[in-house]
Amino acid sequence: MTISNKDYSHLADKKSPDSPMLKNLIFAFTTGGAICVIGQIIINLCKSKGLSFEDASTVASVSLVILSVILTSFNLYNKIATFAGAGTLVPITGFANAVVAPAIEFRSEGYIMGLGAKMFVIAGPVIVYGTVSSVLAGIIYYFIK
Amino acid sequence: MGTRCGRQTVALSTKPTIYAFTSIAGKKEGEGPLGNQFDMVFEDAFLGEETWEKAEMRLYEKCFSQILQKGSLSPSDIDYIISGDLLNQCTSSAFGMKDSSIPYLGIYGACSTMAESISLAAMLSDGGFSAGNILSMAGSHFCSAEKQFRAPLEYGGQRPPSAQWTVTGAGAVCISHGGPIEITHITTGKITDLGIKDANNMGAAMAPAFVSTLTAHLKETGREPCFYDLIVSGDLGLIGKEIALELTGKEGFDISSNYNDCGAMIFDPQKQDTHAGGSGCGCSACVLCGYILPEMIKGTFKNVLFIATGALMSPTTTQQGESIPSIAHAVALSKLQ
Repeated sequence: MTISNKDYSHLADKKSPDSPMLKNLIFAFTTGGAICVIGQIIINLCKSKGLSFEDASTVASVSLVILSVILTSFNLYNKIATFAGAGTLVPITGFANAVVAPAIEFRSEGYIMGLGAKMFVIAGPVIVYGTVSSVLAGIIYYFIK
Repeated sequence: MGTRCGRQTVALSTKPTIYAFTSIAGKKEGEGPLGNQFDMVFEDAFLGEETWEKAEMRLYEKCFSQILQKGSLSPSDIDYIISGDLLNQCTSSAFGMKDSSIPYLGIYGACSTMAESISLAAMLSDGGFSAGNILSMAGSHFCSAEKQFRAPLEYGGQRPPSAQWTVTGAGAVCISHGGPIEITHITTGKITDLGIKDANNMGAAMAPAFVSTLTAHLKETGREPCFYDLIVSGDLGLIGKEIALELTGKEGFDISSNYNDCGAMIFDPQKQDTHAGGSGCGCSACVLCGYILPEMIKGTFKNVLFIATGALMSPTTTQQGESIPSIAHAVALSKLQ
């Protein structure tokens, strides 16, 4: 080949289309926003039934997780995510999907080494670094408060 | 016995031929532009099994029984099976063939497997190691490939425009003497790596391998690109195809009028949301056995250069930040009068 790696990298970049940023942003904003609106409706409903804000928030989180699990189980969440992108990835529904999807996929390797071991293959890093970050934030807060 | 034309190419002298062929494809492939060309299209992605791995194994079994039927062959007529797939340790192909009682050679060439198996089969036949039939087979399954190489199917990820869709399907050819399509030359590819690291842009990673093998074939055989009615790459997809055309031009060859890519042909990217096109061992195998060979028999193409391309990476090497080494093998086919 007469082309250098650097020139080839430029050629490959030139020929490879970028993700449709504006379209993705609009879809992510609307679907992510819609999920948050559903959460807010659940909170308001719970509060109107006499629950405290904290309890109502917990009910909203649990409800959204269950909704995501159901949609994932029926192979629908990934279809919405194709368009929604970060809109379905970032909210708590995305976290639930990231746990349930490998659990379903690796069930065929058994409940221990399959489902049990692989369930956190995608969500695991979020838990690890989420916990580490919150500990660090706690330490910083302790010294500056 | 064949003769070497150069560093990579051999000319076969005893006229090994493609005696019979078959293709089998999944539902999505059946809905694509070549859908009505495949011998069998199955609606159930599981093929009646409980796991994706077993489904892919069943794909091989069905492909095997179908070629026996099409070629009016019994297992004892076959001297070797040369076969491979994308899964770790080539399990689909080995598990699918475990009850065949035929000498078996399992190979891994990623998506170039179909051309690699035909190359080896044709050279075995030409070398006088088989007076009967040799079976070359390759296939892939979208769901098992996603599970192994990317993310679980139900995971809500977004695919970039350069991503390709692994073809669910398999193809098999039976190589012996006396068939309608002669295998005249084999050009074995050299591993090429121009530093592409993006596992979601396989077309860009593999295009240089295609161009390298194509130029070696043309130089060593002395043939011009126009000798071929069709020069077809395995699964460069829409992006890789564009890059391949430009790179081939830079090497001094014009293939713009007779070049196509199996990955660009098998799906309709607008209607089927397959982004840059098809990929996988099954892509080139299905298109070769479902479209190209039947069209050669019909007379649409007389001389075809089939160059299946493969990306030789694994999920581990990708995670470790390595670039993607690629390969392409060429098989020159000629319809006998």
